[in-house]
Amino acid sequence: MLPYSDQKEKLNKIKSGKLSLKENIESFLQRIEENKKLNAFNFVLDNEAKADAERIEQKIKAGKAGRLAGMVIAVKDVLSIKDKPTTCSSDILRSFTSVYTATAVQKLIDEDAIIIGKTNCDEFAMGSSNENSAFGPVLNPIDNERVPGGSSGGSAAAVAAKLCDAALGSDTGGSIRQPASFCGVYGLKPTYGRISRYGLTAFASSFDTVGAFANNVYDLSILTEVMSGKDEKDSTSSDNKIPEITNNLTADDRKFRIGIAKEYFGKGLSSEIREENKKLIKKLADSGFEIIDITLPHSEYTIAAYYILTTAEASSNLARYDGVKYGHRTKEKAPLTEMYKASRSEGFGSEVKRRIMLGTYVLSHGYYDAYYIKAQKVRRLIKNDFDEAFNKVDIILTPTTPTTAFKLGEKSSDPLEMYLNDIFTTSANLAGIPGISIPIGKDSNGLPIGTQLLAKQFDELSLLQLSYFIEQKIFT
Amino acid sequence: MAVTKKDVEYIAELARLKFTDEELEKFTGQLNEILSYVEKLNELDTSNVEPLSHPVEGSNVFREDIVKPSIDREDALRNAPDRNELFFKVPKVIGGE
Repeated sequence: MLPYSDQKEKLNKIKSGKLSLKENIESFLQRIEENKKLNAFNFVLDNEAKADAERIEQKIKAGKAGRLAGMVIAVKDVLSIKDKPTTCSSDILRSFTSVYTATAVQKLIDEDAIIIGKTNCDEFAMGSSNENSAFGPVLNPIDNERVPGGSSGGSAAAVAAKLCDAALGSDTGGSIRQPASFCGVYGLKPTYGRISRYGLTAFASSFDTVGAFANNVYDLSILTEVMSGKDEKDSTSSDNKIPEITNNLTADDRKFRIGIAKEYFGKGLSSEIREENKKLIKKLADSGFEIIDITLPHSEYTIAAYYILTTAEASSNLARYDGVKYGHRTKEKAPLTEMYKASRSEGFGSEVKRRIMLGTYVLSHGYYDAYYIKAQKVRRLIKNDFDEAFNKVDIILTPTTPTTAFKLGEKSSDPLEMYLNDIFTTSANLAGIPGISIPIGKDSNGLPIGTQLLAKQFDELSLLQLSYFIEQKIFT
Repeated sequence: MAVTKKDVEYIAELARLKFTDEELEKFTGQLNEILSYVEKLNELDTSNVEPLSHPVEGSNVFREDIVKPSIDREDALRNAPDRNELFFKVPKVIGGE
C-alpha cells in the first residue's frame, strides 16, 4: 500500500526524486483524516510535520540527512515532546504541556525522522485493550468491532492502518507485543535499560521500557539501534554496547537453538494460534535450526507477581498527581488533603484507581511482606527460569497472546480476565529480557496471529536476526 | 484474608482517593477477587530466595557532583493549576482540617 517496502528504499526514492516527501506527508495526513473513526491519534502535528517534510527533503537532496530521514513516526501519548501535550490518555493530564523531550524521541528527531502525532493508549499505559482511555477506545483496523490490544493500541493501529511508517510505544507487561500481535505488525520490547526512559511517564519503574512498532523488521531494527544507549538523564539506562543491527540482519551464520516451553502451549491457548505457531516451528526446524524442549516452571505465577509489583510501583509513581504542580485540580473549595482527594478522584479513570488501590494495599503496613516481598522473591524465581533456559537455547519461541483480538466490551467488566490476556508477555518484563512479536498468519476470522521471540538480556540482535529470517525466508 | 469495605475505605484514605458507597462495594469485590488470585504465590516455598527488586542487577550509579542548570522556574510553573509569579499556590493548610 505504501510506495516503498522499508526506510532504506524510502530514503533512496526521495534521494533519486522518485518520491516526494511532501506528498508522502500529505497522503499520511489524508489517511489519518479518512481513518478518524479508528481514534488512533490523540493529537496530529500536521503543520509541524509538513514543515519538517520540506526542511528534511532539502537535507536529503543535499546529502546531509540523518539515518531516519523522512521516516514518519507516531509517538504514544505517554512520551514527552517539548511544548506539545502529553496526556497519557487521562483526564488528569488533559491540559498538560511537556516541558522537555523524551530522549528516545529526541534521538529520532536528531536523525531527521518526522513526528506526525501522539497516539491514543490505555490511561497511563494500564490496560490490554485500549478501552481505558479518556479519549475513548481505539478500534482494530482489521475488524472495527474488535480492540487493537493495549496499552499501546493507537500506535499499533496507526502502523497497521498505514497512518505512519512506524510508531513508538511503551511496554510494561506486554503493551507493545500484545497490540502488535492483535493488529498484525512487528513490535519490539527491548531489554530493560536498553533505551532511556527519560521523558516516558512512569507506570512501574522497574518494568517500563520504550520500543517501536513497524511493518517490517528492517525498520524496527534501525529504530531500535537509533534509540538505544546510555543516557545520563536515566541512571537505569545501560552502557552495554549497542550492536550494529541493520548491517547484520542475517541468520546465515547463526545456528540458533530455539527453545519451546510447554508452559506456553497449555490450556487456554486458542487452537488456531497453537497450530500456526507449530507450523512455524516446523518450518524453522526444516530450515536447519535446532528446536529444543525447555521448561519455565514458574510461568503460572507470572501474572500474580506482575500485578502485585507493578501496582505497588504505580501507586507510588502516581502519587505525584496531586493537583498542585501540574494536572487537574478540582473546582471544589476544599482544604489541602480534601483537594488532593477530589482532584485525583475526578482525574483518574477506574482502572487506574483500581491499580492504585491494589498497589497501596500490598504496600500497606502488615501486608508488605506477605504480598510485595513475596512477589519480589517469585520475580527472582521467574528470572532464574530464564537464566537457566538461556544456558541451553538462544531464543525462546512462544505465542504472543492466548487469543486473537477480542470484541470491544467483551472483557472490560472483569479486571482479572483482562489481566490474564498478558499471560505470555509479562514474564519478559519481570526478567528484564527483550521480546518481539511478529505476525505469522491469520485465524478463521481473518484476525492476525503473532509469535513472540524472547532472548537473554541485551541480545536484541539475535531476536531481530531470527525475525528477519522468518520475514524474508519463511513468509516470502 | 478477605478485605472488607472498611479496609477499602482505609486504603482509599492512604491513596488520597474517594469513592461513593457503590464504588466502594464494587472495589471491595474486585480487590478480593484479585487478591484471592494472587494467593497463588503462597504455593511456592521462597524461604531461601532473595527478593529481586530490579531486573538488571548492578551496582549503584554515581556521577560527579557538578551543578548544572535543569528546568527553569517558568517552565516548572507553566502547568500549575494555580500559581503566582514564583510559587505554586495551594489551598489553606492551617485550620482547614
